[in-house]
Amino acid sequence: MLNSIISIINTTLMYSAPLVFGAMGGVLSECSGVINVGIEGMMTFGAFVGAGVGFYSQNPWFGLLAGGLAGALLAILHAIACVTFKADQTISGMALNFIGPGLALFLCRLFFNDMTMTDRVPNKLPKVFGSVDITVLIALLVTILLWFFLYKTKFGLRIRSVGENPAAADTLGINVSKVRYASVIMSGLLAGLGGSSMTLAVISQFTPTAISGQGFIALAAVIFGKWTPHGAYGACLLFAFAQALAVILGGGKIDVPSEILNMLPYVLTIIVLVLFVGKSMAPKANGKPYRKGTR
Amino acid sequence: MKISSEYAVQMRNITKNFGECRALDNVSVDIKKGTIHAMLGENGAGKSTLMNILYGLYQADSGEIYINGNKIDMRNPNIAIENKIGMVHQHFMLVENFTVAQNIILGREVTGACGILDVKKAKEQIDVIVKKYGLKIDPDAKIEDISVGMQQRVEILKALYRGADILILDEPTAVLTPQEVKNLIDIMHRLIADGKTIIIITHKLKEIKASSDVCTIIRRGQYIDTVAVDEVTHSELADKMVGRSVKLIVDKKPANPGEVIFEIDNITVPSKAHSDINSIKGLSLKIRRGEILGIAGVDGNGQKELIEAITCLTKVKSGTIKIGGQEVQNTKPKNVIKNKISTIHEDRQKRGLVLDFSVAENAVLEKYNDEPYSKNGFLNYRLINDFTTQIINEYDVRPEKCNKIPVRNLSGGNQQKIIIGREIANNPDLLIAVQPTRGLDVGAIEYVHKTLVEQRDKGKAILLISLELDEIMSLADKIAVIYDGKIVGEFNGGEVSENTIGLLMAGGSSKNADNSKNS
Repeated sequence: MLNSIISIINTTLMYSAPLVFGAMGGVLSECSGVINVGIEGMMTFGAFVGAGVGFYSQNPWFGLLAGGLAGALLAILHAIACVTFKADQTISGMALNFIGPGLALFLCRLFFNDMTMTDRVPNKLPKVFGSVDITVLIALLVTILLWFFLYKTKFGLRIRSVGENPAAADTLGINVSKVRYASVIMSGLLAGLGGSSMTLAVISQFTPTAISGQGFIALAAVIFGKWTPHGAYGACLLFAFAQALAVILGGGKIDVPSEILNMLPYVLTIIVLVLFVGKSMAPKANGKPYRKGTR
Repeated sequence: MKISSEYAVQMRNITKNFGECRALDNVSVDIKKGTIHAMLGENGAGKSTLMNILYGLYQADSGEIYINGNKIDMRNPNIAIENKIGMVHQHFMLVENFTVAQNIILGREVTGACGILDVKKAKEQIDVIVKKYGLKIDPDAKIEDISVGMQQRVEILKALYRGADILILDEPTAVLTPQEVKNLIDIMHRLIADGKTIIIITHKLKEIKASSDVCTIIRRGQYIDTVAVDEVTHSELADKMVGRSVKLIVDKKPANPGEVIFEIDNITVPSKAHSDINSIKGLSLKIRRGEILGIAGVDGNGQKELIEAITCLTKVKSGTIKIGGQEVQNTKPKNVIKNKISTIHEDRQKRGLVLDFSVAENAVLEKYNDEPYSKNGFLNYRLINDFTTQIINEYDVRPEKCNKIPVRNLSGGNQQKIIIGREIANNPDLLIAVQPTRGLDVGAIEYVHKTLVEQRDKGKAILLISLELDEIMSLADKIAVIYDGKIVGEFNGGEVSENTIGLLMAGGSSKNADNSKNS
């Protein structure tokens, strides 16, 4: 019994790390007023680049970093579209969800003998306390840092003001575009880290299904967590628990079709969103491009 | 006039176009240090645009700006702030879910190492300014929880915190109660005594008289005149602003009331926030055909609930509301309209119009479902447009031929004309007008008042609810005072002094008035 509880906790933590990174990216971007539904795409691209660089450099840390940068690269596209050209943020994000996996598969075939998956990385990221992925710790650290950054520093104050009332920020001499660019790119970096933490810590290679919905679940966690780092973190643990349950029940004695079990995290996401979110707490200017001088 | 450091601000030959539209045409103003300088003009005259250019939010297409005699290129608000210019916008630029202190320091934060906020030190700095000018605020309260008057003080503090010597106030009194206006004017005088310069944008003549030294008039983007406020009368200012002679006093014959058409008998309405407390506590009213009943009162004494009860947007707990003998309480808004009650709602952008719909679509909001405007579920746009054109012509809506323009793009006065036209076209027995002139300029106010009196003379019953006592006094044939959800006094127009009404509005004692504001 104790063993199975420990194993559920372990698996939960393992699956939580990529979600947490993705969710923190979402929190940061949306706090600045840019909806980021492209997390899934950024995570997928980050997952591939992480695994690829991890394989060729034989150093998982290089891989992790490269994955983050890959996410940031995609995020630049999102920022250009949403901030500079004031495009519809949801549509731009959806486009990234096609570009990310597309680019990942294309490059994968290019570098790995026309295969749709990478070779296994020689070295995975280390584990601490015996069996906990180090990415779990990093994710927790990122959450705490992001909370401190958003609520205790002037940069956070500015980011949140831009997400709530960009016109007010503008009149106080805050450059709304700059703040949003920085937030979106950092958001991509975090999402990319989430992707590569999947392929460098959880599984050890990139496959087309390495990232399958985690980006969207992270997005749900952002909403469930009411756009706060700590709230989103808790939500990620819950969703990761559902994933862990699916894995553990699937390998256990209970006879449930695996298809049903695999639905668990997604069904839970919908139930949670319907039942508990209630009054929306989204940043007021979330999703709205800022145009100077509109009345 | 020469460029000189005697002047805090000198703007020279400012021209600004928005697309095809010329908002400012070669406008120049000089603002002397240590004065309160009013910028007077109708809505859309360009006075806000001019000040936004001074603050660096817009860039002029041509022209020059001198601050204290030095030419400055106002590319953005940062440069304005550097030059000690502060601006309080008409629509407050506050982050609603931030605290007062956070809003004040935003963009010029007090920090320790690594940009970590030092909230305690920031509050101390704010407190110094608060004490100096008597700007009472609560630094830890969230903006969404404080009164509009306090929000405005936060805006002024924001500017002073940035060291502003030149303060631009854009329509500062539009949202304030009479007491708050007085308070604001006191604060302005304290700032002037300390050597600051204030520019106040307004279209309220009374406040210019009460506060300002000099007044510059702008009309349709053109500079008209600059006058010393002491040397002109109200009506001279009004004429210069509108460009023709306007009547500030409503021109009306004595009422000729007919039978009672509308009757409210002892209604109670529960409060939205606390269902065990009543917002309306046994209120009765009678209105006759051919008379205007004005309800005077301080905001928040049940006016909103009364309107919502009559229009069936909320339910009454007890009592009846009858129009022509027919009870309408606790039915549907549609039923109310069908029973010939039409309402000009207070918030035209929220309740009166669908801003992104065209003028024509807005004109038939209450009729679209009836023949001939729709048949078998299909809209007949030809007839809808004919109907709209009729309203546009009859009520002189500008621009002409605006049927297909989103109503959002019309000025406030023209939006109001569409609503008034639409409601009157229903040919109601009772026309309810709630704050019908809120945010409108003198020309438009004159028009609205004239229309209401015309409708009265056609034998309609009119219920006017306004927070502007002047408006009630000049329009109403009968005045009822609402306080704490009850009618506390009824008078015939012209037979009661402003003082008596003011006293009743405050509930007899100021303590009661305070309580009612907080509840």
